[in-house]
Amino acid sequence: MTYENIRIDHRVVLEMVEPRSTVLDLGCGTGELLYILIKEKNIRGQGIEIDDHAIYKCVAKGLNVFHGDIDSGLSEYNNKSVDYVILNQSLQQVKHVDSVLSDALRVGKNVIVGFPNFAYYKSRLQIFFRGRTPVTGAMPYQWHETPNLHFLSIFDFASYCRLKKINIRKSVYLNEKGTVSLLPNLFAQTGIYLISS
Amino acid sequence: MIAEKTIEQLNSVGVVETQYFSFDEITLESGEKLGPVTVAYETYGELNRNKSNAILVTHALSGDAHAAGVHTGQNNPGWWDSMIGPGKAFNTNRYFVICANVLGGCKGTTGPSSRDPKTGRPYALEFPLITIGDMVECQKRLIDYLGIDSLLAVAGGSMGGMQVLSWLAKYPEKVRSALPIATAARHSPQQIAFDEVGRQAIMADPYWNFGNYYGGALPAKGLAVARMIGHITYMSDVSMADKFGRQRKNNGQPFKFIDYFEVESYLRYRGNSFVRRFDANSYLYLTKAMDNFDVSQERPLHDVLNGIDAKVLVIAFKSDWLYPAYQSKEIARACKLSGIEATYCEIDSTYGHDAFLLEFEQETHLVSHFLKKVFFEYEVTGSYDV
Repeated sequence: MTYENIRIDHRVVLEMVEPRSTVLDLGCGTGELLYILIKEKNIRGQGIEIDDHAIYKCVAKGLNVFHGDIDSGLSEYNNKSVDYVILNQSLQQVKHVDSVLSDALRVGKNVIVGFPNFAYYKSRLQIFFRGRTPVTGAMPYQWHETPNLHFLSIFDFASYCRLKKINIRKSVYLNEKGTVSLLPNLFAQTGIYLISS
Repeated sequence: MIAEKTIEQLNSVGVVETQYFSFDEITLESGEKLGPVTVAYETYGELNRNKSNAILVTHALSGDAHAAGVHTGQNNPGWWDSMIGPGKAFNTNRYFVICANVLGGCKGTTGPSSRDPKTGRPYALEFPLITIGDMVECQKRLIDYLGIDSLLAVAGGSMGGMQVLSWLAKYPEKVRSALPIATAARHSPQQIAFDEVGRQAIMADPYWNFGNYYGGALPAKGLAVARMIGHITYMSDVSMADKFGRQRKNNGQPFKFIDYFEVESYLRYRGNSFVRRFDANSYLYLTKAMDNFDVSQERPLHDVLNGIDAKVLVIAFKSDWLYPAYQSKEIARACKLSGIEATYCEIDSTYGHDAFLLEFEQETHLVSHFLKKVFFEYEVTGSYDV
């Protein structure tokens, strides 16, 4: 099976998820990732998404979705009731990162987190030389229209995990071409982590 | 817009006829017995060979069995005609759709205005208190009579949504999917309060006469006022402002309490026309059935839903303040907790509670995709071009 049509970050998540597991995708957008996971890994999936139009697209794909915000979406789940809780490109958009992450780690046996790296060298260059808020492929928004509430780097997340005693089981760093192994905090646009409590 | 309307009419199920089915007796949830019982119903589309395409559509407080198409010589389409028909949300080319008037109603199914076999006169207040569960019991008898073992879906809004939930709780093995729309697992005090004001308006009408008005003057004023209150709660601040503004109907002075504003005139018209088509005692019994309804009987809702294999689509509307979205969310949350595959969507609408009858474009999208998935037993739908 080749996954060439699949977005590179989705491919990384796909490889992290065990077949026939249960997945809760927080901020599932139009449901592309859940759809691929169901098709390829036979998972049982549930999405949570706030955007009306994205919800309609999820329903058209036959996905189970809840219309609501991530911040209030986890409280009713029992401890370790889901194999994977996914926060792909949505962690930086939730209001209360701390409570969402700790709730995700409570509900999920595993948590997969993907976020844009604010310390990517092109961002650094834009700030340093142009004195402008960076706009990059992974963070394509102008300052006045960005849905991102938090700006973090790969170092930030790693030290956060140390502080909170979160177990990093796997980490993959990406730029536009593929995986990055050299100095990821400088050269990766995106970090994807498999973590557990 | 005009073109769309024409297409919509072309996609009608056409001329339909109400049918009747009777049985000897039903034991109500209260323990009382009632009989004989007649159920008025309509069907659209064809039942397939293995009887796997039957959908029961349940109606709201003032609805009836006439959900789609037109009756001979009349041109007012059924109450959910925009959703039921060839190519529509409940696609009658694929599904067999059934709608029955509820027990306690006044449109062909046994209710307080029906003849009491013991006295030969209308039941009036001799009619026993009925529940949402009793309505479902009658629908179950109808489904059995039609030879249908399990329903592809049960779908309905408002009081219809309560019947959907009651089906899930009473006959989970008979329901492959459920679509509760703009509804609640139980009424809030606010909802009970509005119903009570409606009932009081009817009972304060001297012509109501403790329910004994059949054959004489009707409690028309009381029922009209009850309907006016209802209509206010079905709309929203925004939809009223859009529809009426402060437009005046008469240019005269706002004097002596004529229907000076458009909104007043509209409510009067709606109230008065309701009297011609609805029975005041039915209004009392049905609103009481809604107020007494609690699908989980004070237990946590997810306890009742535990172990159920049906798929659920819960729909709410943003501006609905009579059945606020939090009530639908509670249903969806209980599904989640009990492990039921469920989807919850809050449609962005300004129409208030009426939205479930009006926002058919969004509803069509959600309902048609959901039903397709259940009917064909798809894991996911669509092609692999992501």
